[in-house]
Amino acid sequence: MANDFTPILILVGLAAIICGAMVTLSWVLGPKKVTPYKSSPYECGVTPSGSARERFPIKFYLVAMLFILFDIEVVFLWSWLTVFVDPKMGSAAADLNFQVFSFVAIMVYMLLWIIGDWYVLKIDAINWDEEAALDAAKLGTVLEPLAEGDAA
Amino acid sequence: MDLNQLQLPAITPNMVIIGLLGMIAVVTAIGVVAFNNPIRSMLSLVANFFTLAFIYFSMGADMMGITQIVVYTGAIMVLFLFVIMLLNLSTDSLVATKKFDIKPLLALPVGLGVFALILSQILMPFKDVVKTSAPDATATAVGWGSPQAIGRTLFTGYVWPFEVISLLLMVGIVGAILLARRRVEV
Amino acid sequence: MKDIGQGIEWLSVNQPMTLAAIRVLLMVLPILVIVPGLIWYERRLLSWMQDRVGPNRTGTITLKNGKKIRTFGLLQPIADGVKLFFKEDITPATVDRVLYFISPAIALFPAFAVAGTLPWGPGYGTYGHLTPVWGSEIGVLYMLAISSLGVYGVVLSGYASNNKYSLMGGLRGAAQLISYELAMAMSLASIILVSGSLKLTEVVKAQEGQLWGVVPGIQNWFIFTPFGFLSAVIFLICMVAETNRAPFDLPEAENEIIAGYHTEFSSMKFAVFFMGEYAMMFIFGGIFGVVFLGGYNMLPIQWAELAANAPGYSFLHFMRDLNYWMAPLTFLGKCAAGMTFYIWLRATLPRLRYDQLMALGWKFLLPAAVANFIVSASWIMAQKLWGWQGAVGASIGAVLIAIGLYSAIRKAMNKGTTAMEKRSVELSEGTETIPSIRAVELV
Repeated sequence: MANDFTPILILVGLAAIICGAMVTLSWVLGPKKVTPYKSSPYECGVTPSGSARERFPIKFYLVAMLFILFDIEVVFLWSWLTVFVDPKMGSAAADLNFQVFSFVAIMVYMLLWIIGDWYVLKIDAINWDEEAALDAAKLGTVLEPLAEGDAA
Repeated sequence: MDLNQLQLPAITPNMVIIGLLGMIAVVTAIGVVAFNNPIRSMLSLVANFFTLAFIYFSMGADMMGITQIVVYTGAIMVLFLFVIMLLNLSTDSLVATKKFDIKPLLALPVGLGVFALILSQILMPFKDVVKTSAPDATATAVGWGSPQAIGRTLFTGYVWPFEVISLLLMVGIVGAILLARRRVEV
Repeated sequence: MKDIGQGIEWLSVNQPMTLAAIRVLLMVLPILVIVPGLIWYERRLLSWMQDRVGPNRTGTITLKNGKKIRTFGLLQPIADGVKLFFKEDITPATVDRVLYFISPAIALFPAFAVAGTLPWGPGYGTYGHLTPVWGSEIGVLYMLAISSLGVYGVVLSGYASNNKYSLMGGLRGAAQLISYELAMAMSLASIILVSGSLKLTEVVKAQEGQLWGVVPGIQNWFIFTPFGFLSAVIFLICMVAETNRAPFDLPEAENEIIAGYHTEFSSMKFAVFFMGEYAMMFIFGGIFGVVFLGGYNMLPIQWAELAANAPGYSFLHFMRDLNYWMAPLTFLGKCAAGMTFYIWLRATLPRLRYDQLMALGWKFLLPAAVANFIVSASWIMAQKLWGWQGAVGASIGAVLIAIGLYSAIRKAMNKGTTAMEKRSVELSEGTETIPSIRAVELV
């Protein structure tokens, strides 16, 4: 039974049912009196202007991109964390051998992580200040002509 | 292969669960290509990855399944969502034009070829199978998919790939930043 | 008590599916029952902190003879819930109907599913059959993975609403959640390193040992250890950010973007977001308790070890048994303590600015968690190789390296923040004309 995963399937199923029931019930039970004012987007009482489906700053995309890369780095750490203290390799000598070897491997890994993180912070990739973030000078002045569609 | 010797497996509860999960996975996978709205396709893909993780769990590959959720559902699909919202494609721009196009004609043989390739890979292991059995989380020894087992394997036989991955990820970080940089007028 | 234990034992052998259903219900039903209570608790505690009274009327019944049965307003959230179910569910004309319908459900889903590997009792005896719902080897990762799904609820509701404020709130929320998730995962790394398992019951078991391996009679709760304390601080900050609570409630900052991602939602759909938020807060309190505060142990005292040497049935034996039988209540108490901490923060701290939020996550918490991880790994390695004297030397060296690296990073980042500070000073002093805000011309 140690690895029986059926309860978690029941839990996820039940969670999905409860969540679905909540939104469906509110939709079924409440009255429906649609008026044009009620169904317009709320913009503090002022007549809504334009669509909300606009382009948004690239910083959010950059944050997501960096998150993926660092997240994958973390994922590779998890399995090491569980075996470092007690590798269970068979003998004490083999354990120590494994520990030293994997420790050095992880430290090299973390060094590369730190270099990556240092680069991110050095060029202000995660800086919400328009003036300072991703400054062209810090990126080694990448000068290239604007493409045709770009805003000047 | 003697077909008479082939024994059909007994239906276990785990088989039923895998069957149901597989059905959800197929339906959501069809949803990915069938929806016109890119956000809905993406949501289907999220559901598909989530179901896939549970199929891994059902086979006892816990670490594999959770990595599927952490990396694909939790990280990569968020980026997909951002990209779709960033591009903000309206449904009209995705509707196929009536104009003659060679691409769909080419896509059919290529798609069939890829399908045949995958199918052959799936069917290969079954070549000499005499007795079939369903994967069973309780029957397979506890821990073959556990993080401990993966950790031991990773740091005995696969240290070089591991270090190369770290280098690759570092290059990825630099690349992502360079892609998002401001373009400067010359 | 014994009969129940035997009954559960019998179920685990003969009816594993029934037992599985019982386990799930024992996890889900308390959440459903407690969440309205939490809303009442927050309103009352917040009122008390702000010198108000708060909801204290609903549910007070006056009998014919003038006697009153008081419930101190406990029925207020129930009344609110009933009202919200029967309110008009307005669907604005411009929304993406399907996404608008399902996004509250997606936001609520992680709150119910996240506790799947959280143990509310010891992993042996009767409790061992009842908790956790899934005794997998990957408990901590499951919790992190499911709580990361909260991003979808925020960003999809923001996108589906087709409202500029909602979109802004959704985007802010998404960037915030994924940034703090990283630091959260990293802060747990050193804890897992020491306990040697991702299983939460094993993490608790690791905390039942002797304090720092030397002090007898006291449990080694991770918050008492140096690396564990730093991890706990980082985890606590990330935990608040992950649940979109003050001072990190930028996705729903009402003075900037109305109500953020749930501006367009009404009736129960609106309440569902809050339900998810409160359930998540309560469970995060429990996760913090399990990982850092010894889980279901009432006090950091090794009753079982002390009682083993004591003769007869003494006070120590009684406390050992009490500790065992009170485990669920202790766990609930720790969840409630976490909840109280959240409310206390909300009453105390002002909201962060968005650039401060991102700077805190990426420039302080993540490097600090990584440094913490490297130092504790070095400590363990040095202790294995050269004993504890070597470990002290090596970790001092590692700390020095970490400080050096961190200050180098600080130096690099300070160039950026000063620009904004300078500009705000210039603006406030009025020494020069207000610089035109550069349009976002990015590709």
